[in-house]
Amino acid sequence: MTILRARGVVKSYGPTPALRGVTVDVAEGEILAVTGPSGCGKSTLLHCLAGILRPDAGEVSYGEHRLDTWSERMRARLRRTEFGVLFQFGQLVAELTAAENVALPLLLAGTGRREARTAAVGWLDRLGVAELADTRPGEMSGGQQQRCAAARALVTEPRVLFADEPTGALDSRTSEQLLGELVRVVRDQRTTVLLVTHDVQVAAYADREVALRDGAVDASGLGLTAVSGKHVR
Amino acid sequence: MSTAHVLLGLLAGGPLHGYELKRSHDQRLPLAKPVAFGQVYATLGRLQRDGLVTTAGQGQDGGPERTSFAITDAGRARLDGWLAEIEPPAPHVTSTLFAKVAVAVLVDGAERARDYLIAQRTAHMDRLRELTSVKTDPASTLGDVIAADFAILHLDADLRWVTNTLERVADLHREVHP
Ligand SMILES: Nc1ncnc2c1ncn2[C@@H]1O[C@H](COP(=O)(O)OP(=O)(O)O)[C@@H](O)[C@H]1O
Ligand SMILES: [Mg+2]
Repeated sequence: MTILRARGVVKSYGPTPALRGVTVDVAEGEILAVTGPSGCGKSTLLHCLAGILRPDAGEVSYGEHRLDTWSERMRARLRRTEFGVLFQFGQLVAELTAAENVALPLLLAGTGRREARTAAVGWLDRLGVAELADTRPGEMSGGQQQRCAAARALVTEPRVLFADEPTGALDSRTSEQLLGELVRVVRDQRTTVLLVTHDVQVAAYADREVALRDGAVDASGLGLTAVSGKHVR
Repeated sequence: MSTAHVLLGLLAGGPLHGYELKRSHDQRLPLAKPVAFGQVYATLGRLQRDGLVTTAGQGQDGGPERTSFAITDAGRARLDGWLAEIEPPAPHVTSTLFAKVAVAVLVDGAERARDYLIAQRTAHMDRLRELTSVKTDPASTLGDVIAADFAILHLDADLRWVTNTLERVADLHREVHP
């Protein structure tokens, strides 16, 4: 079953076209890698599918809902309740401890303080960093920070996790440990994941890959088919 | 890597004699080990026995007599089969990938090479996913993981080369078909 769908999505930043008619279906429960060279439009596609950006043209659907027709307020509420986001870095609030950071989305959703704290510590434990509950981000390694950010992205038990180069700032061993952990957790939760990466080793954690090139889907999986449909011979 | 297939690819453009074949080989595959002249003749002998090449008359041009070799229809079919065949994505296939792409460009132009690279990339990505699942499987031993790492890192290198080459081939194609 398709949970997320982009149909002919077009998005420009001023005169710069970032997406030039992208169609992608994301099946419920799958981990889908969006790959391609830097600047090909991966992050823009993720932002459109997550309802953060509104496309200039084309449709974005989440289940039965046409997100591209929704107001920012409605999209923001949907993001809080149904989606989780994990970026490369800079998502944790420096002044708050790990547990406070992870509890934040629950507090915003109206959960009581004590309950939010308990859930937050539980999620930190699930990502292997329970001992950091009362530590601030500044005193953590990059890998530990990303584990906390992952706990925060998952604490509301979202149906879809949007991860944009989640290990982009980590060394390869740390990246591998985080991805291994993350894949185990999202499989257990049956969370659908959109994993944006330019790294084939990261993309290999996904079930499937959609390659972008110059703002368009590369139909043959990095086939560069946009260049020509004809064959000499 | 198969010298026989590379020689067939070199003959696809027209008959050559043994020494021209050696020169052409070393020129087309500049980073590969130069092929020994004796190996060219031994390989031609086998190709002829199998009906994949045939002698195409002797050139005299003032010097000593030299036999030219031509590819047969069976030879073309064999070459075609080799170019179409995806290499098992294992470590250390890079030199075969490279030879195949170089020969594909030579025989059929950039698009043949591109089609091959796309198919090979898919095979490599499938294998990379399999190996990655070994690493995330809690039942895997340290030995399994180390072996998977070894293969993954080599495949990653292959894949980078495949991606770069696809980009170059696309550029080449844009020059030809603006
Ligand atoms: N906020 C922005 N303002 C202007 N141009 C942007 C902005 N964000 C992205 N772009 C441009 O849009 C294109 C696609 O960018 P992006 O989606 O970030 O690609 P990727 O994530 O694949 O690197 C690029 O040319 C980039 O420079
Ligand atoms: Mg990006």
